[in-house]
Amino acid sequence: MALSGIEIFKLTPRKNCKECGFPTCMAFAMKVASGAVEIEKCPHISAEAKEKLAEATAPLMKTVKIGTGDYEHALGGETVLFRHEKTFVNKTLFAVQFSDAMDDDELARRMENIKKVDYERIGEQMHVEIVAVKYTGNRSRYLDIIKRLKELQKIFVLVCDDVDAATEAAALVKETKPVLVGANNDNLEEMVKLAKESGIVLGLNAPGVEEMYALVEKTHQLGYKELILNAGSENMAKTFENAVEFRRTALVGQDRTFGYPSIVFVNELAKGDSYLQTALAATFIMKYGSIVVLDDITYANALPLFALRQNIFTDPQKPMRVEPKVYEFANPKEDSPVLVTVDFALTYFVVSGEIERAKVPVYLLVPDAGGLSVLTSWAAGKLSAGVIANAIKSSGLEEKLNRKRLILPGKVAVLKGDIEEELPGWEIIVGPSEAMQIPKFLNELN
Amino acid sequence: MAYKKAAKKYSGEIREVTLGSGDKAVAIGGKNVLPIHSFDGNVGNPPKIGLEIVDIVPEDWHDDLKKIYDGVLEDTAEWAKFAVDNFAPDFICLRFAGADPDGKNKSVEECVETAKKVAAAVDLPLVIAGTKNVEKDEKLFSAVAEALAGENVLILSAREENYKTVGAAGALAYKHKIAAETSVDINLAKQLNILMNQLGVQNEDLVMNVGSAAVGYGFEYLSSTMDRIILAALGQNDSTLQMPIITPVSTETWTVKESAASEDDEPAWGSSIERAIQMEVATAAAVLVSGADAIIVRHPKSLATMKTFISNMLGSGLN
Ligand code: B12
Ligand code: SF4
Repeated sequence: MALSGIEIFKLTPRKNCKECGFPTCMAFAMKVASGAVEIEKCPHISAEAKEKLAEATAPLMKTVKIGTGDYEHALGGETVLFRHEKTFVNKTLFAVQFSDAMDDDELARRMENIKKVDYERIGEQMHVEIVAVKYTGNRSRYLDIIKRLKELQKIFVLVCDDVDAATEAAALVKETKPVLVGANNDNLEEMVKLAKESGIVLGLNAPGVEEMYALVEKTHQLGYKELILNAGSENMAKTFENAVEFRRTALVGQDRTFGYPSIVFVNELAKGDSYLQTALAATFIMKYGSIVVLDDITYANALPLFALRQNIFTDPQKPMRVEPKVYEFANPKEDSPVLVTVDFALTYFVVSGEIERAKVPVYLLVPDAGGLSVLTSWAAGKLSAGVIANAIKSSGLEEKLNRKRLILPGKVAVLKGDIEEELPGWEIIVGPSEAMQIPKFLNELN
Repeated sequence: MAYKKAAKKYSGEIREVTLGSGDKAVAIGGKNVLPIHSFDGNVGNPPKIGLEIVDIVPEDWHDDLKKIYDGVLEDTAEWAKFAVDNFAPDFICLRFAGADPDGKNKSVEECVETAKKVAAAVDLPLVIAGTKNVEKDEKLFSAVAEALAGENVLILSAREENYKTVGAAGALAYKHKIAAETSVDINLAKQLNILMNQLGVQNEDLVMNVGSAAVGYGFEYLSSTMDRIILAALGQNDSTLQMPIITPVSTETWTVKESAASEDDEPAWGSSIERAIQMEVATAAAVLVSGADAIIVRHPKSLATMKTFISNMLGSGLN
């Protein structure tokens, strides 16, 4: 909550000595409130007042870092409830959960799946960032599994409310800045002590919003602020409510008590139903889950979830664009075909990915289409026969090619006739409407 | 300090619109809080989930999905009945894919026959979807509206290019409901609703289709458009944006690569039907959280999942 001029005035010594360059402390305070002057300009300001001001101007939602080195990730730090207001900054991270109750086969299977699901989508490498390890009572097995999971080099989330087990587990991984989800009303002091000693982020468990609020306040009193709030694992409606209330209390209520990232155990909410798990994971990507815990990762659930995350955590103001120009694939020659697409990054990456898969030499012409998708730019008049013909003419391709073939995206087949008129000597071919059909199409083109 | 809830009370409310007739009529809309925020106040009617069926044997559908309807695909009315009896959707979306001039180009008369048979076979509300060809849809919707007078179907949809005919026949003459379709833009949505009003179509008879997209394919624009529309409807009490929203999910999610790539093309990705259902379910949930009051899906498993999802998210489920 930003402080008003009056509130800042109360923090000044009220001496009106003018050393700050303003005639009165009040005038100075007003300038500080508007952000025009730093509080430090008053040489008489107390350290205590400075701290109060710093607290008041700190972000409403804390950014918490987990993991180290190349595996470090930031959570939280959001400033709005809706992405059209301002970009969501720290994307939801995905975790796969293990437990000491799991046999070796299951352990190996999930580890294998985590390794397998690692792929690129529109310039971003997609993979699970976290392994969550749940303690159910078998201490030696728990520690053994943690040791074995180190091989994956993921961030650890230890799910454990037993202080002794947590202490041993934390000792194994503390240098990797893990999270320990397990502090509650009964074990708070010991857990905070452990978290402080080993420098790990502490996850808080409470049965409801009000209990969680009291628990965070208690944790603050113990002097710890590296926190994550567990939104839930038992009841879907309640978990959704918690996730919304945490975020809203912090940003709308301007109350930093809830200004922390959250974790959501959608695996437990879904009780083994993988479709329901996906529906819930999608929900908490959109509504304020900082870490979403899954039972397992396969391409089937990863493809939609990573795709959604990639959409939601983008700048709402400007579409991602690529440079309009001619791109070359597999050393095209004077008889290679010219494919046309648009400069919307999503479209370009989807199309270029398929062309690479086809391993066929082609040119890819990207005109300036306003950074819009194929149909959007066509409907907006930015991808017309004229635009495409001009792009061809200024590309130098006409001089380079002895066989002139232009392949249109199937969705703008209607442009064919007009382009034929504008580009005499060119053979205009309508391509498939989905990029995934490009390899087959190119391999059958002669 | 004690906990203080920061919920906002809204002055506006999404209007309630009723589809279908008799015992099986369903109402959508009616919320005066953000989507699924049941802890804030009245969420209105739980969102409704419809199953899509088409008027021809859908060659482009996944084989495993067609197998579910083995034996009834050739007869649309049988198909509709089978879907209702076995999967209990909230409504049926009958899509006239066969009428597409770029496809089978079935005549309007043929489509009317199919529509009548389907309406006779099931007593759930019907959503009548067209071909995306505005001229053909205009004729198709007018004729189907006449043939199904009294059924109170939802016509999906009227666009800027054909709203006059579709609105006049659908809502004014034969008293059905109309979905006004626009392309992911709050101002376009508002404008088409106003045009509908000027034509004489009452707000009580209007639903919006504000665009649709699969997750990963421009979905962020859709979601933000829906956020903005709902915030204007509730927060600014903007009566030109208070219509419930219907979002077709199925027509977007089954064609994208994540769903449609064959197992030969992407061996690492595994079962394609599994991928397609997961894609449909993820998009459906994301659309519901963005504020859709009704959605259309294709796979019975998606329908079942989303029903469980809704009842639990609204706190009325067993979980
Ligand atoms: C997101 C979106 C927007 C965003 C723009 C995002 C952007 N940067 O493009 C916003 C909200 C801004 C927008 C605006 C508009 N939109 Co818009 N929009 C969409 C939406 C929902 C998704 C588009 C998308 O991202 N697709 C994903 C990309 C990857 O698809 P793609 O570019 O087509 O590429 C695929 C294929 O074409 C193929 N491909 C691409 N290149 C090539 C090349 C070759 C050689 C081959 C073979 C294949 C191929 O590969 C890709 C994957 O298969 C669609 C509806 C939908 N679900 O598709 C409507 C849609 C495209 N929009 C539409 C319209 C009308 C508009 C507006 C003109 C509305 C208006 N009157 O203002 C405006 C214009 C904007 C402007 N004036 O600046 C209509 C177009 C209708 C039509 N058929 O003509 C659509 C279809 C919605 C609808 N059903 O009404 N839109
Ligand atoms: S320097 Fe400090 S004490 Fe002196 S007038 Fe400025 S604000 Fe007041």
